[in-house]
Amino acid sequence: MKRSTLKKTVVLLGLGLYSMGILSSCSTQSSHAETAAKTDDAIPKELPTVEAELTDAPKVPAPITRSHAAKVVVRLEVTEVVKKMADGVDYTFWTFGGSVPGKFIRIRQNDEVEFHLMNHPDSKNPHNIDLHAVTGPGGGAASTFTAPGHETVFKFKALNPGLYVYHCATAPVGMHIANGMYGLILVEPEEGLPKVDKEYYVMQGDFYTKGDFGAPGLQPFDMQKALDENPSYVVFNGSVGALTGDNALTAKVGETVRLFVGNGGPNLISSFHVIGEIFDKVYDEGGSTAIENIQTTLVPAGGTAITEFKADVPGNYVLVDHSIFRAFNKGALGMLKVEGTEDKKIYSGQIVQKIYQPEGSTVQEMPSAGAPKAAIASSKDMRLELGKTLYAQNCQACHQAEGQGIKGAFPPLAKSDYLNADVDRAIGVVAHGLEGQIKVNGELYNSTMPKLKLSDEEIANVMTFVMNNWSNKGGEVTPDQVKKAKDNYKH
Amino acid sequence: MLYRLIVLLLLMGISFKAQAQKPLPQDMVLVKGGAFVPLYGGDSAAVKVKSFALDAYPVTNAQYLRFVKENPQWRKSAVKKLFADANYLRGWNGDLSIGAAADQLQNSPVVSVSWFAAKAYCACQGKRLATVEEWEYAALASETKANAANDEKFYQRSIEWYSQPNPTYLPPVQQSFRNYYGLYGMIGLVWEWTQDFNSSLLIGESRANASLDRQLFCGSGSSGAKDTKNYVAFMRYAFRSSLKANYTVSNLGFRCAQSL
Repeated sequence: MKRSTLKKTVVLLGLGLYSMGILSSCSTQSSHAETAAKTDDAIPKELPTVEAELTDAPKVPAPITRSHAAKVVVRLEVTEVVKKMADGVDYTFWTFGGSVPGKFIRIRQNDEVEFHLMNHPDSKNPHNIDLHAVTGPGGGAASTFTAPGHETVFKFKALNPGLYVYHCATAPVGMHIANGMYGLILVEPEEGLPKVDKEYYVMQGDFYTKGDFGAPGLQPFDMQKALDENPSYVVFNGSVGALTGDNALTAKVGETVRLFVGNGGPNLISSFHVIGEIFDKVYDEGGSTAIENIQTTLVPAGGTAITEFKADVPGNYVLVDHSIFRAFNKGALGMLKVEGTEDKKIYSGQIVQKIYQPEGSTVQEMPSAGAPKAAIASSKDMRLELGKTLYAQNCQACHQAEGQGIKGAFPPLAKSDYLNADVDRAIGVVAHGLEGQIKVNGELYNSTMPKLKLSDEEIANVMTFVMNNWSNKGGEVTPDQVKKAKDNYKH
Repeated sequence: MLYRLIVLLLLMGISFKAQAQKPLPQDMVLVKGGAFVPLYGGDSAAVKVKSFALDAYPVTNAQYLRFVKENPQWRKSAVKKLFADANYLRGWNGDLSIGAAADQLQNSPVVSVSWFAAKAYCACQGKRLATVEEWEYAALASETKANAANDEKFYQRSIEWYSQPNPTYLPPVQQSFRNYYGLYGMIGLVWEWTQDFNSSLLIGESRANASLDRQLFCGSGSSGAKDTKNYVAFMRYAFRSSLKANYTVSNLGFRCAQSL
């Protein structure tokens, strides 16, 4: 009896407090939240309060070591900023936390999150947030519609573990997302994720600018391109080059790398692939079950994937959307640099590079279709100049830039005893090709030089160039000499 | 009989008075009435807007300074929290000071004022705030056309402004875009308060009113719209819907209207 009276009094008191709160707090939403927090105080077992660590891509907050749920306070600020889209190209990004993608949020299953959304006073537009990790109307959007210079607060309990996208859902929704308003929130399962050596945050997005890819200046949003789902840019982490060069991801040989991959869209589905790696595990669509040995994984717009692989051999591994024109023409490229010692068993590197001759080792004709007519030299100087170009195009790949050749494979032309001993023989070699063993400057060479489809004029020019360089004996080779030499030195 | 005659005469007098062309107050322009289909038009029914007068310019800092001099209750330090939030006149550095850049900003629109403040200002001038419908109707105009809703160039220019961050200093009102009616800065300067700023989702017929869930997020925001491609209008409706009457925002100003 006494107990129930006490209960009633508490309830009445609570109601009183609550209504007082409503009456006196027309000012801001946050005062409502304070009221809500007070009523929560009545719950006997209070969770410890933790301020969430938020990171910018590609960084990820440290794994959660807690073995219990907590009240996690997340403070996310919306700003509208002009930033780089590509070299020389700027765009007005609308951001969760100052850059695209938004801050990475990491919480644990069953955590109770107190979410603060602040819209910077200098913002032009109202914004809200829909977190796919939230169970409830609008994923939070219904409770976070925030005018510039204001703050809203709501709470949710993270019921389901997984990697989730969050995004702005203010009308016009498409435009808010197209301007970069998305990010990832990871809800770790209670037992945590398996330990790995490196974790990174990679999020794809498509952008619609008035100018085409690379058109310089501050580019406005293009409504029609967005409707047509025809982006000018498809990028990882908000800009072309955000994950290449000095910004490349890094790992060491032997380390296990986990990529938290998201796709903000607004339109495109990503075929996420890392060139030269096979994902040992993919938690596809960011869920709880891992599939194994995956080459390319689909990441839906507004969806995620967690990919894991061990870096076995060193090198540069390129992250792409394997809808490949997006990668090479619209910016969807990233890079992971793996350093360490090589393992030739797993990957040998190039062992052989040689001429491929489908018909066996007979002499080949170089294709000549559509080749422009050669210029006719009127002087030795002109012959030298034209010969230089011909040499670079036809000879340099094997005999090298300074005529030094490659020992054991391609004989030298510089200070070459074989060449200088008989120029006409050398002309014959160029005209007809050469097979079999020869000795040049004391070294034995036994390989094949293909017949080069060059005109007499061209052979004269390239031979003149060779004879007048690299300490060879000089002189001028004329087309007439070539014509005679060709006949005299047939195989 | 005599009584009836008096009533008739009185009524005639009133209608004569209404028909007589009063000269417009200074710096106001006539927006000739007409019909248009607003973004949230119920069953896409055209809405009739009566002719009305609208301030040619948004209210400036200098004009607002004069207002607070005469009305101390609207000064920064005196205003009731119920009527304006903590950022009221955020850029001003005192009750009667526009701030460090006063010379530059006196003819720029006053911003960071609440709906209550804007309403009080207009009332003091014998005016009122425009309704959403009046404002949207007047904002349809480009430089040359009263209704430029289908003018792609005009639309693209509008959306570009709505996508840009605020400038450090708002330009003087006279320098902004002048439309068909002679209204300055309807697009490209600041957002503006309207009388019924957040009622856009409550107007219309009773079936629509019954569903108060039509907030401007996700799909439900666009399901009631007549033209889902009109992002410019979406942004204005979205902005207004995010407001409460005591809110102040650093790119939200106002201008006053008058019935004819």
